[in-house]
Amino acid sequence: MTRKGRRLTLIGVALAIVAFAAGLALYALSDSIVFFYGPSEVLQKNIAPGTRLRIGGLVKAGSLVKSEEQKAAFTITDNANNVAVTYQGLLPDLFREGQGVIAEGVLEAPGRFRADSVLAKHDERYMPREVVDALKKQGRWQEGESKP
Amino acid sequence: MIVEIGHYALTLALALALVQAIVPLWGTLRGDEGLASVGQSCALGQFAAIALAFGALAQAHLASDFSVLNVAENSHSAAPAIYKFSGVWGNHEGSMLLWVLILAFFGALVAGLGRGLPLILRANVLAVQGFISAAFLAFILLTSNPFARLSPAPFEGRDLNPVLQDLGLAIHPPLLYLGYVGFSIVFSFAAAALIEGRIDAAWARFVRPFALVAWCFLTLGIAMGSYWAYYTLGWGGFWFWDPVENASLMPWLAGTAFVHSVAVMEKRDALKVWTIFLAILAFSFSLLGTFLVRSGVLTSVHAFASDPSRGVFILAILALFIGGALALFAWRAPMLKRGGLFAPISREGALVLNNLLLTTTCAGVLIGTLYPLALEQLTGEKITVGAPFFNMTCGVLLLILCLVVPFGQSLAWKRGDLLGVAQRLSLAAAVGLCLAVALFAMLRGGPVLAPIAAGLAVYIILGSLSEIAARVWRRGAPIGVLLSRALGLPLSAWGSALAHIGVGVTLLGLAATAFGAETIASMHVGEAQSVGPYQVVLSSIAARPGPNYSEVVATADIRWGGAVVTTVEPAKRFFAARQMSTTQAGIATLWFGQLYISIGDQTGNGIIAARLYWKPLVTFIWLGACLMALGGALSLADRRLRIGAPAPARTASPPVAAAR
Repeated sequence: MTRKGRRLTLIGVALAIVAFAAGLALYALSDSIVFFYGPSEVLQKNIAPGTRLRIGGLVKAGSLVKSEEQKAAFTITDNANNVAVTYQGLLPDLFREGQGVIAEGVLEAPGRFRADSVLAKHDERYMPREVVDALKKQGRWQEGESKP
Repeated sequence: MIVEIGHYALTLALALALVQAIVPLWGTLRGDEGLASVGQSCALGQFAAIALAFGALAQAHLASDFSVLNVAENSHSAAPAIYKFSGVWGNHEGSMLLWVLILAFFGALVAGLGRGLPLILRANVLAVQGFISAAFLAFILLTSNPFARLSPAPFEGRDLNPVLQDLGLAIHPPLLYLGYVGFSIVFSFAAAALIEGRIDAAWARFVRPFALVAWCFLTLGIAMGSYWAYYTLGWGGFWFWDPVENASLMPWLAGTAFVHSVAVMEKRDALKVWTIFLAILAFSFSLLGTFLVRSGVLTSVHAFASDPSRGVFILAILALFIGGALALFAWRAPMLKRGGLFAPISREGALVLNNLLLTTTCAGVLIGTLYPLALEQLTGEKITVGAPFFNMTCGVLLLILCLVVPFGQSLAWKRGDLLGVAQRLSLAAAVGLCLAVALFAMLRGGPVLAPIAAGLAVYIILGSLSEIAARVWRRGAPIGVLLSRALGLPLSAWGSALAHIGVGVTLLGLAATAFGAETIASMHVGEAQSVGPYQVVLSSIAARPGPNYSEVVATADIRWGGAVVTTVEPAKRFFAARQMSTTQAGIATLWFGQLYISIGDQTGNGIIAARLYWKPLVTFIWLGACLMALGGALSLADRRLRIGAPAPARTASPPVAAAR
């Protein structure tokens, strides 16, 4: 095979792999990304029940109810709107009422959410940036209130 | 006083780095040998100065000198000495200092050990290394000074983040940085070759040991980080496709590609331009990782408290080095001489395929990491790209790569015999296929990737073994001869076989996750709970004081058919200084699987919430990584690869070469 022929083979193989990968990536992106919303957005956007979402906000003070079988129910709020969340499992160490939290799961009905994972961040100085943004959007955030 | 000496030493290091960056380059341009060799003493001096600075900061931490802001914010007088010491790099400023310390260490290595290097190459490598050092030292001194004082000094420090008070912090960052930063040398070599406009097989021989060292450490660092996350986060996950993990995976993928392509270049003088490009790519990803972790653009478990000015500074460094190197590449690369020829079906061809797949995977990781950022900037929508995306793209590409690995190992250089190799690998392929089909039937309706991965894993392991066997085995030869043939194989052959077996072992561990069991339960004292093949019996719940925390410990017996196998003590620790608690998982390693228990809150007297997992073969994931690193180390020990070894020694190797 000539040098040119070899180079063409190489370029052909490279293009095939890149095209294959691009196809995979596009397919995966259309299928497996999850949107993040604050409680107000969840209500405003009229999201269809059954959609997979991540919801971020503050855990409403006094809303946490734990029951048997590791079930927990709490409310995520941005101080304007609320979403009721149910979760089965151990809550993270830093899960507190009044603190920022992100829940990932499925919207069961407008305002009702079943989480399969709950995230609270590791540092008490830290609030998830997405939660801060969600609160800012509602005008419920005062600078200096807590360092993001 | 010691702290001020440290600060001064760091400033001195910046001055030395600037001299190291400019003078040797000028020397090589003017052809002045004296000026060109200035870089060596600068590199050694710079390393000494940064080591002094690091020592000063370590001393301040060990002595709990709370008049230093960095110590006051990240240390506590009651902390054990090991955490006081590892706390030096448990924060942004200190970890940056460790970063430049390792950068200077690699520079000093070139200066001290590179006697066999051509003068011009060494001068240029040290100059580029000096530029990188100078940029990061300036970054530390201008935006993140670890020696800043605090007045009035508090009586007690704020303590290290409890999550970081773990042996993992002592091991993971130094290993990871040795890998990350080690690729800076590879980058410097590439830039030096481009500046000089000359690159040959000798260049490859010089750079390969450094690349292997960096690659081994990066492999170990990532594996250690993964294991740390696994046992400390309390839910048994070992990889989260977190942006920062991805940031360490990208240089690893590019580095793995580089280690392979540089072998082609050394042996066959081919793929020169591509190898240079990979060298630039690997370190660019290291820099990108540094930017992602420290700029606060991403939310991540790893993110340091962010400061916009730092992000802009690192972005400038990033643009300068990546842009500069790529511009140099575009200008100079066409002038490099073309390399050797090879047929598409050959070891070179297989390694090209390996490189294509690895870099495409790397691109996939990059897209998955940056796409959410780009989308948020453009549309304001916030999305997460998680495991499903990466499994679908990178997982699939890497599995295809696994299919090719044994072929690459067995094909001959220049022109290979595909059919012969396929015949030799048929047994391995058959065993792998049978396993995949059997597991698929067992899992019916479960994840598809797991059985495929398990089959491929077995195929890679057997394929690598069969390659060694084929090189050693001769019909009718007595054991003694076979043994001496095996010992006579070059260490790099053993190294690559071992590294590929490591890939198989890791893959097997990953595949086995599909066969685990998981339960969440309220456990009562004395009550048994079965997980996988084992039963867990909670025997007591007790409070226990620690040095700077208090903990609730649950003691649980693990039984197998009535007999107690072992006892674990999962705990929940509370750290008063930061009002934080952490989960200490109770882990029992049974064969290569692990029983993993983490506890939550006490819900009543003698009742505790717990998560129990049975994870078969889970240790394979990290053992495989250790094997990979060991394989890299073996290749490194190969006589032909010693730094500055003038030519491969022909006399030492018995008739193996002839037998090939």
